[in-house]
Amino acid sequence: MTKTLYDPTFEHDACGVGMVADLTATPTNATILDALTILENLEHRGASGSDVDSGDGAGVLIQMPDAFLRDVFGDVLPPFGEYGIAHWMVPTSAVTGDIQLAIESILNRVGLASLGWRSVPVDSTVLGPTSRASEPAFVQQLIAKRATDPAPDLERALYCARKVIEHTVDIYASSCSPHVLIYKGMLTAPQLRQYFCDLRDDRLTSAIAVVHSRFSTNVLPRWDLAQPFRYIAHNGEINTVRGNRNWMTARETSLESDVLPLPIAELTPLVTTGLSDSASFDEVVELLVQAGRSLPHAVLMMIPEAWERSTFMSESRRDFYRYHAGLMEPWDGPASVTFCDGKVVGAVLDRNGLRPARYWVTKDQRVIFASEVGVLPVDPANIERKGRLQPGRVFLVDIGQGRIIDDEELKRTLAQRAPYGEWLRDQQRSLDEIDAPTMLTPNHASIVRQQMNFGYSEEDLRLIVRHMAQVSEEPIGSMGSDSTVPTLSKLARPLFDFFTQLFAQVTNPPLDAIREELVTSTRVTIGGEDNLLTESANHCHQIVLPSPILSIDELAKIRYIEEFERMEGFTTVVIDGLFEAHGLGTGAERLATAIDALCDEVVDEVHCGANIIILSDRNTTTELAAIPSLLLASAVHHRLVDEHLRTSAALIMESGDVREVHHVALLLGFGASAVCPYLAYESIDALIEQGELTGLSSFEARYQYGKSLNKGVVKTMSKMGVSTVASYVGSQLFEAVGISESVLARYFPGFTSRLGGITLEHIARSVLALHASAYEPVLGERVELRNNGEYQWRRDGEIHLFNPRTVQKLQHATRAKRFDIFKEYTSLVDDQSSALVTLRGLMSLVPSPTPLPIDEVETTASIIKRFSTGAMSYGSISEEAHSTLAIAMNRMGAKSNTGEGGEDVERFDTSDPQWNRRSAIKQVASGRFGVTSRFLVNADDIQIKMAQGAKPGEGGQLPGTKIAPWIAKTRHSTPGVGLISPPPHHDIYSIEDLAQLIYDLKNANDQARIHVKLVSEQGVGTIAAGVAKAHADVILISGHDGGTGAAPLTSLKHAGTPWELGLAETHQTLAANGLRSRVALQVDGQLKTGRDVIIAALLGAEEFGFATAPLVVAGCVMMRVCHLDTCPVGIATQNPRLRERFTGQPEFVENFFEFIAEEVREYLALLGARTLEEVIGDATRLSIAAPDDENSDLDLSALLVTVPPDQRHQSVKQDHGLDGALDWTFLHDAVSAASRTAPFTFATPIRNVNRAVGTLTGSAITRALGERELPDNLIQIDLDGSSGQSLGAFMPSGMTLRLTGDANDYAGKGLSGGRIIIRPSLGATFASEENIIAGNVIGYGATSGEIFISGVVGERCGVRNSGATIIVEGTGDHACEYMTGGVVVILGAVGRNLAAGMSGGTLFLYDPQRSVYDHLSAGVYEIDPLEFDDDARLRELLTRFVEETGSRRAQSILSDWRDARMHFVRIETSEYQRVRDELRNG
Amino acid sequence: MGKTTGFLDYPRQGPHHRPVPVRLRDWREVYEPQSDDEVSTQGARCMDCGIPFCMQGCPLGNRIPTFNDHVYRTHWDRAAEQLFDTNNFPEFTGRLCPAPCESACVLGISDSPVTIERIEYEVAEHAFAHGLEVAHVAASATGKRVAVVGSGPAGLAAAAQLASVGHDVHVFERSDAIGGLLRYGIPEFKLEKAILDRRLEVMETSGITFHTNVCVGDDETRLEDLQGAFDAVVLALGSTRPRLIPVPGSHLSGVYPAMTYLEAANRAVRDDDTSPIDAKDQHVIILGGGDTGADCLGTVHRQGARSVVQIEILERPPDDRPDDQPWPTMARIFKSSPAHDEGGERRFSTETLEFHGVDQIERIVVRDDTSNDSIFMSADLVLIAAGFVGPELDQLGLAGEPFVTSRATLSVDSQWRIDALGGPAPVFACGDAVRGQSLIVWAIAEGRSAAAAVDAYLSERTSVLPAPVTPYSLSW
Repeated sequence: MTKTLYDPTFEHDACGVGMVADLTATPTNATILDALTILENLEHRGASGSDVDSGDGAGVLIQMPDAFLRDVFGDVLPPFGEYGIAHWMVPTSAVTGDIQLAIESILNRVGLASLGWRSVPVDSTVLGPTSRASEPAFVQQLIAKRATDPAPDLERALYCARKVIEHTVDIYASSCSPHVLIYKGMLTAPQLRQYFCDLRDDRLTSAIAVVHSRFSTNVLPRWDLAQPFRYIAHNGEINTVRGNRNWMTARETSLESDVLPLPIAELTPLVTTGLSDSASFDEVVELLVQAGRSLPHAVLMMIPEAWERSTFMSESRRDFYRYHAGLMEPWDGPASVTFCDGKVVGAVLDRNGLRPARYWVTKDQRVIFASEVGVLPVDPANIERKGRLQPGRVFLVDIGQGRIIDDEELKRTLAQRAPYGEWLRDQQRSLDEIDAPTMLTPNHASIVRQQMNFGYSEEDLRLIVRHMAQVSEEPIGSMGSDSTVPTLSKLARPLFDFFTQLFAQVTNPPLDAIREELVTSTRVTIGGEDNLLTESANHCHQIVLPSPILSIDELAKIRYIEEFERMEGFTTVVIDGLFEAHGLGTGAERLATAIDALCDEVVDEVHCGANIIILSDRNTTTELAAIPSLLLASAVHHRLVDEHLRTSAALIMESGDVREVHHVALLLGFGASAVCPYLAYESIDALIEQGELTGLSSFEARYQYGKSLNKGVVKTMSKMGVSTVASYVGSQLFEAVGISESVLARYFPGFTSRLGGITLEHIARSVLALHASAYEPVLGERVELRNNGEYQWRRDGEIHLFNPRTVQKLQHATRAKRFDIFKEYTSLVDDQSSALVTLRGLMSLVPSPTPLPIDEVETTASIIKRFSTGAMSYGSISEEAHSTLAIAMNRMGAKSNTGEGGEDVERFDTSDPQWNRRSAIKQVASGRFGVTSRFLVNADDIQIKMAQGAKPGEGGQLPGTKIAPWIAKTRHSTPGVGLISPPPHHDIYSIEDLAQLIYDLKNANDQARIHVKLVSEQGVGTIAAGVAKAHADVILISGHDGGTGAAPLTSLKHAGTPWELGLAETHQTLAANGLRSRVALQVDGQLKTGRDVIIAALLGAEEFGFATAPLVVAGCVMMRVCHLDTCPVGIATQNPRLRERFTGQPEFVENFFEFIAEEVREYLALLGARTLEEVIGDATRLSIAAPDDENSDLDLSALLVTVPPDQRHQSVKQDHGLDGALDWTFLHDAVSAASRTAPFTFATPIRNVNRAVGTLTGSAITRALGERELPDNLIQIDLDGSSGQSLGAFMPSGMTLRLTGDANDYAGKGLSGGRIIIRPSLGATFASEENIIAGNVIGYGATSGEIFISGVVGERCGVRNSGATIIVEGTGDHACEYMTGGVVVILGAVGRNLAAGMSGGTLFLYDPQRSVYDHLSAGVYEIDPLEFDDDARLRELLTRFVEETGSRRAQSILSDWRDARMHFVRIETSEYQRVRDELRNG
Repeated sequence: MGKTTGFLDYPRQGPHHRPVPVRLRDWREVYEPQSDDEVSTQGARCMDCGIPFCMQGCPLGNRIPTFNDHVYRTHWDRAAEQLFDTNNFPEFTGRLCPAPCESACVLGISDSPVTIERIEYEVAEHAFAHGLEVAHVAASATGKRVAVVGSGPAGLAAAAQLASVGHDVHVFERSDAIGGLLRYGIPEFKLEKAILDRRLEVMETSGITFHTNVCVGDDETRLEDLQGAFDAVVLALGSTRPRLIPVPGSHLSGVYPAMTYLEAANRAVRDDDTSPIDAKDQHVIILGGGDTGADCLGTVHRQGARSVVQIEILERPPDDRPDDQPWPTMARIFKSSPAHDEGGERRFSTETLEFHGVDQIERIVVRDDTSNDSIFMSADLVLIAAGFVGPELDQLGLAGEPFVTSRATLSVDSQWRIDALGGPAPVFACGDAVRGQSLIVWAIAEGRSAAAAVDAYLSERTSVLPAPVTPYSLSW
């Protein structure tokens, strides 16, 4: 079989969930029908693939419908509660006799008997071809206790039987329970009830119904992955699932339960392979519940709230969490989990709270819960209260008790189940409680020798270790990475370099570990783990490490743990991770032998009771070399997992090769609980001694270094959306690039090698070369650290594609318009590519037997139209540089990109085509700087930046010093005040959110193509498939090596993969899913020559982005100081003195693209193709060479999979579904009125499916008016009902939306001057200030306008507001995060982490309880009472607020203004005030 | 890395020249020393570029940003360590190199480059003054013997490198003193000979044996003899055949190749004597506008010439880089050396037509190419500084095919070996003899690279010695 890059296991899904419960516990058909209605109204949150009638999955969980079953099964049915139904999906058309026999014998073993079978009636005609092709048969089997020797517990017996059956027979049970029945399949939401005839039967009744609609990035037919699962329906993604699964496997032998009828060993694997993250989660919940824990208890163990830093939590609740943290690592990731066992139904939101979850309780005793409001019509007068699930909170409906059990009560009850606090006090020890031993660490004869031994480069010492110790921050670099791919390097690269960090994009959000620190935790526990299925004091006999980075002293404490009092029960064993430097056999053989022996030794020690293993490489000698710590950690970790001993002991690494964040992250990710980078610490001492590190004591410097490692690890985790080190350990969130299958299979199980690569011999050879240079220097060789030139070019270091000669030639060629010199440049670059710097260096074109004369090939002008320049923001680069690129690209009909910094309105003037400075591509990034209606309307393409090549998964920061007045104006911020781009888009936490943003932007400019920019990593193809299903027009795959203004070096070098991989994977995956024809693929990342372009085209790209090269053409000399504002050529700087030095001209840039296109023509002629289009995606025209390295089996042929000709490039347009927009009912009249500046009013009902209402009209008005702005309230639309997401997004001034009812997430997103007013329905009786009326992320990125909301809103209200006025009656967590301008007034309760990362704007908080300090995030704020001018301003605002919304809260405040005003506080940042005052005072 | 904003905070400041009237009265070097503080500040101007073009501009690959940073931090010892690691003789290059590194300095794009050469000088002098290591001494001997023919910078660099890994090196010089052009070609006011002697002393201490007055190729010492007596031979002959100006009258007395004149002058300075070719009270014409011409200029001034005219056939170079010689290459732009500040007239676009005189030169006839006028000038002494055309190979029997390149230099393979030559031991070549007339840094770079090749041959493994350049390579 040909290897391909498409791997369906990279699947992601996200979803809509809903639930209806009847508190009177009365089973009705109406409950089910209501749930199905919810499901259908959530259809936009699901998706379908290229085949629109094949859904990703939909399902419903109901209580056992006894009455219905009694009818269909007849008299055989035992009394309710004494039978169970197994609802089987059978791959064949019917259950064969063999299967029946097998099932019955297993049932028999656990004391059960089969009473009958029922074929479930379905209507297959509704299915699309994809789902029909894999359609299973559905049968329900009636099971009861056997008459003789019956099972003691029906439910547990059913569980055990089902586990064994599923492991032995190819059959799957949707449900197998006495309490619930689940109907689900690979269906669209509306198909569910059409398909299952039972669901249309009005005899079917239940008091609870849970529904789920799935949006999968794949279209691989999987009926079994539809949800709900047996206990849960999940909306989100478990980022750490790989580690969680491994840990469960590791625990298998320690698990025992005396309540289950079968031993655990017979139920294994407990976590079935090949299922989704949600399915694995469900399996573990199920295990915990079946073994005796309550369902809420099990769920909270797995998704604990952020307890570590919470200051308000009760001691007993904290003890509950602390105790369970020692039992199990969190299942971390965005999760809204709805759970149900047929008796209770509930939901929990993870600590970050990134999924929407809203509920209503009606006066007629029903509870409705869903991802959105308005999914089920409910009379407003019937609503008792409305609520939302908050981060870390749980919500439980117990229909037996007929009431809702709130978070507080539920957790209090759980916390009191056992004396957790007492157990912890008796058993658990913090490392800090132990005194450091007096022993000294071995003294090194020569630090330099050890540094050489462990492969330190001079750069590691100077740029990384010294920097971290000196300033306690990770070092920052810029301009990306253009050096050799590690697997092709001739230098001895550390094994760490062959793994890259995975990062979250689209399907789950990366986190901001700095601004949202309260949810992070670096705490780890070490010591053995006890049986997960029971609890006792002994379970927490563990040591707590506050951080996984151990100082040398801390390691000594652990090493000598047995010598301390009260530390009985801990046994530490130190094992040397060394192998023979010389001796018989090859290096690889000696290395492998040593690892095997060492693993055996560890296993023996653990068997003998060791529960802390320190793997140390301290004792290298001339004869003994160090095993790379990563290889060692992973080998030992996996060996212990295999032996089911992993949870019996903690692994601690004492490693000399660890020096940077990536190294620590890898060791943790591969199973180490803690790391002591001793040589780095000792190197710091040496630096101090040499005077290279000054102003700090050794203690301080080491502390700062450790601290920055710790921070870096948290950042690395948060890129993947993981908040706690405990769940990061063993999670393997990495990708191997260029390691042979033989090494991965043996030492890194679970990793597949897509390309092959270095062998164990290669690894051994590198280590031994370093070892020899340290211990056996050749005569005359200086014992001195080399500078490997990885970060800055060096003559004798790593090859860089941009080096003195290529930069010189490129500049000379384009300035002098000399194609001959350009060819010298490209041959230098291309030669280097083939001297193996890049993967494409191993590829070559297969010339056509019938080449064409070049004049028959399409013109350069038509090729150039496919080119664009990269996203570089105005702000990161100067006006001169930015407009030079824009002018050049516009002259050629190609496209430049605004970058994320907005665009000066003056540049919208396109009247002079020779000097048109308008960037055709407008970028929308997480900071939303300057993203206004006008900005969007002036786009040909709108690019959503999901990730950036140089630092995927991270946000950015533009320091205040770079915010010159002209930059502040464009970005709608304050000059001199720093700006933050958050790591995630706060309106994209999952794939369906991206679909929503695409829809919003399409509404904001229906003539523009919508791009989604992704960064190459393993699985990017699957994500791209999801993005294509979310209706993107263009998908950009960026290489990991892209340039940037500033990125931590760790990210610059170690996150993401080369574009060759990502592009080929995306092309193949889209083609395999029939989606390639729907989208255009663009690629960027260090494209430099015509050869690069043609190879990218053959791998599937039809458009090409260039960033670094055009900058070099414009004068960039790769100083790599963009982050310092000292660019000496006037490009990456705002310093006027330096900007004067800019020498670029648009003509140079034109010459560059002309030359590139000319080269492309030459290659096309060679390939015998008249146009580029003919060859796009045709990998057959490429051939692959093997690298010149006998110790590598690198093979890129998986990149060259042939795809069908109709799936090689875009041929059809996406249907964005704008036709159904509510706006069409008033758009034309509104626009016509706006053009005449005539008032216009309109009223209409609204439902949750009416999304982005007002946006389309707003964009039409903006387009029609150009520079002109309308007076407020000219166009007024009155809405009644529940609005869909993104109400009034990007709406310009002059428009007012008045909604009576409630709103979903993202109302007022990007508001550009318009007004949005939301008030409760007139019939509503609940108190608005206590009930939620609008969802999460209200007013995100708003630049001007007003949002008045009479009611409470969800999390993150006013995120990145830069100019709008927002008034609400209460908010959830993280309100006003990253705010840079505007005014927010909050008249009621606020959640945690208020104003985190806020740099500008004003927040007025009505705070009679004086609790602001409890809510405020850490930061430097000025918290003052109202001043005179505030008083008038606020009063005026509130008066208008009352007029518009009738807010009773505001009314009462105003009526008592003299007192009430004293309860307001004004919150601004000190920096903002300082700058504003400076401006005021001139 | 120096200081992030150093280049914006401080202007370029090179060393001060000693006043002209003062310096014309002696032969001492022209520059005054700079204070350590001043040098450190200049080091702070280095921008620690992502691509240090200077490092490519320098044939030696000097680690310029690294030592600049050390200098900024006043870590002179570590600066010296780095400098001597890539350059055997920074005390020479710091004085004599025309600094292609500074041409390539990124700061030079729109500002004045870092004073790299002067920093190098100061670091080297610091090292000598403070007894730091200025040469690597081998820990043990290999027992291999290498002969180096020629003791100019290439030969000396090759010798120093080979000795540093334990080979027994013998340097053969046909003149009466070691140093090649450094000894008698470079005037004292550019390189005081004490500096050269100081280096030679270090080399002798490290075990190198110098043989003067041995002319390899004559009957007494044939090349084959060396091949028999040594395990390898390195030819570092230099490019010593002067380019002459074949116009009528060039045979006249008073017309000398520049090197003849400079050698005489240098010997006279050494002996504190009057040169046999003395310019005192003479009308001097220097033909050639290059560095050798400038050396003659400074020398005739110090000898007390009555008038001096320096004539260059090419037109006056532009003050700024022409488009076809963009940064970071070493462009031909108008430069003045200190000698030009000391007096004399400079003419460009001036072609020499004829020398007039009876036996002794009396005047020369030149044509101004811009006006096409013929001009007569009085001349008592004419010095021809028109460059060199290649090594002297006849005596070695290497003059013809297949030993020479089209440029009349020695032809070597990629390992610096004259592979066409048989004999018991291989013969390597480097320096101007291979490359043709070039800069001192190229000579040192080639000497180092050839040494690596010799060592690889002798030790039968990859040499630990660095090879900064390959034969006939260019920086850009």
